[in-house]
Amino acid sequence: MDRRSLLKKLFSFIPLAVAGELFSSSGGRKQEGLKRISRYGMGIQVNKCIGCVRCVEACKIENKVPKGRHFFRTWVERYIIRRENKVTVQLVERGKKDYTVLTPEKDILRSFFVPKLCNHCTNPPCAQVCPVGATFLTEEGVVLVDGDRCIGCGYCIQACPYGARYMHPDKKVADKCTFCYHRVKNKKLPVCVLVCPTQARVFGDMNSLASPLVRVKRMKNIHVLKPYLNTEPKVFYTDLDGEVR
Amino acid sequence: MNVAFIAQLLPVLQQTTGYIYPNELEVHWALLIVLYPYLTGVVAGAFILASLVKVFNIKEVQPTYRLSLLTALSFLLVAPLPLLLHLGHPGRSYEIFLTPNPSSAMAMFGFVYAWYLMVVLLLEIWFVYRRDLVMWAGREKGPMKWIHKIMSLFSKDISDRAFKFDMKAIKVITIIGIPSAFLLHGYVGFIFGSIKANPWWSSVLMPIVFLFSAIVSGIAMVILIYMIITPLRGKPIDMSCLDRVASYLFYAVIVDFSLEALDFIHRLYESEESIKILSELVTGKLFSSLVVIQVFLGMLIPLGIMSIIKMFTLDKELRKLLYFVSAILIQVGIFTTRWNVVIGGQMFSKSMRGLTTYKMEFWGLEGLLTTIGLLILPFVILFVLLKILPPWGIKNGESVNQ
Repeated sequence: MDRRSLLKKLFSFIPLAVAGELFSSSGGRKQEGLKRISRYGMGIQVNKCIGCVRCVEACKIENKVPKGRHFFRTWVERYIIRRENKVTVQLVERGKKDYTVLTPEKDILRSFFVPKLCNHCTNPPCAQVCPVGATFLTEEGVVLVDGDRCIGCGYCIQACPYGARYMHPDKKVADKCTFCYHRVKNKKLPVCVLVCPTQARVFGDMNSLASPLVRVKRMKNIHVLKPYLNTEPKVFYTDLDGEVR
Repeated sequence: MNVAFIAQLLPVLQQTTGYIYPNELEVHWALLIVLYPYLTGVVAGAFILASLVKVFNIKEVQPTYRLSLLTALSFLLVAPLPLLLHLGHPGRSYEIFLTPNPSSAMAMFGFVYAWYLMVVLLLEIWFVYRRDLVMWAGREKGPMKWIHKIMSLFSKDISDRAFKFDMKAIKVITIIGIPSAFLLHGYVGFIFGSIKANPWWSSVLMPIVFLFSAIVSGIAMVILIYMIITPLRGKPIDMSCLDRVASYLFYAVIVDFSLEALDFIHRLYESEESIKILSELVTGKLFSSLVVIQVFLGMLIPLGIMSIIKMFTLDKELRKLLYFVSAILIQVGIFTTRWNVVIGGQMFSKSMRGLTTYKMEFWGLEGLLTTIGLLILPFVILFVLLKILPPWGIKNGESVNQ
């Protein structure tokens, strides 16, 4: 083979290679377009919550949340609003002395339960302040803590307006609700949603029109907690009372 | 561990009032974090006092110049320790330097600290002492000769030209140093002031209030150290220097007090959502530390004392006594200020419906004993520094007047 024919053969590969590259990359883009990223959110229908705290108990078991009264990934509050706007808020605890079944009183105007959890903010203040980036937003919009990276400074706990974080007493790192990321990734519901007997909690992809969450958002009036802080929570409450903070 | 820890928090539970979010029971930033802004405050304040001599050419303050620099250095060396000890994983703290999160104010700590230590303080102290170090090393024998030789980085030039260059360098470093000192402590204020979730902290005034309280505590600390060390050396206290420094202290306290009063009035007048719980906090659990110690003992009384000194011509000995008492009261006041910011900010619930309590540990890593140890440590370092780098020169050595 002389030099001319060698070069000819070599250069003839270039357009082929370029075409192939173009083809494969456009195909790749197409695939990416098909793989739609879910954006998870939770809806909480306050009027449906009966304060049974099965969600709290299930969460503690599923996520190995430390026992005790001051470590929660999710918890339920009871609001009792009396005349002259006297508000009492209690942590719902089954079988505890200081938490009793409410008997009807003339004085009580209204009473309801509000489940709370990490709001998985779109602008999470906890991720903003984390000095080492241990707290981060996943592509699905879930706020997670990398326990192997967290240095345990507690700045995120100070920055969270919702009290959703605690310092894990054994691991010495910040911990919080993950929307049961390990389950959700396997097409399962978060455990609190799964066990809720009244479907007060709904979970779903905000990008999918068929998700129960989007249905709730379409049918009900929606509110989020502390909207003035511009955290843009992804936990949406229906029938939320103005006294709830 | 878990069980013991939970048991430890139980008495706190009984002392909460109203409703707090369940995760808020534990106060996460404890005594060590109170200590940290106190220590950096002294650093920034002492440095700013030192820079008055070099930048604004105030000759009276000269006797405290080198002392202020060494005070700043010894406090700066201790400043990161409380932070390190408070971390859940101190072994991972290097991550802040290696992979800092650019949106985090806390991640900037390493850079601000390194800048201040390396570029400002160490460099300035080196230039200030360079000629003396060379001279001392030339006259001494034994280990001190080598210590001074190494500290001078083996420089030998003691010509007038080199000395003039030193002076020029000091001036440039001081000019860079003043904004750096502002940065060092303003940044600490920003760590608290930028937390929008916490109405007690979230204030644009926070870095400025921190800064002026830093200047106050730094100047008061240098006064205390100067007034203790000078008689111990058997030397008379330079009254014109002391009067001058004390009058700077007086002005700084006035500015600090006005800023804090402004913050207070502003909050009260705006009466936002948080006002109810904050007033409950201030009139209840924080009353003794905020109103009695911080404002009354730590500010109003020293201000009164110093006004009296300014208005009447008092005897020298009485003046010394009054300055000393005011400086001590101010130290206590500023430490309590840090306490009220850090601990106070965690005593109320972000639900704005209740208060929790802080139970101070005694033995633990974040306890009182560690804190006292860390408070003593800067003075130990200062003692060593004064031995190695005496601001007043070495016997039969060269004069240090620059």
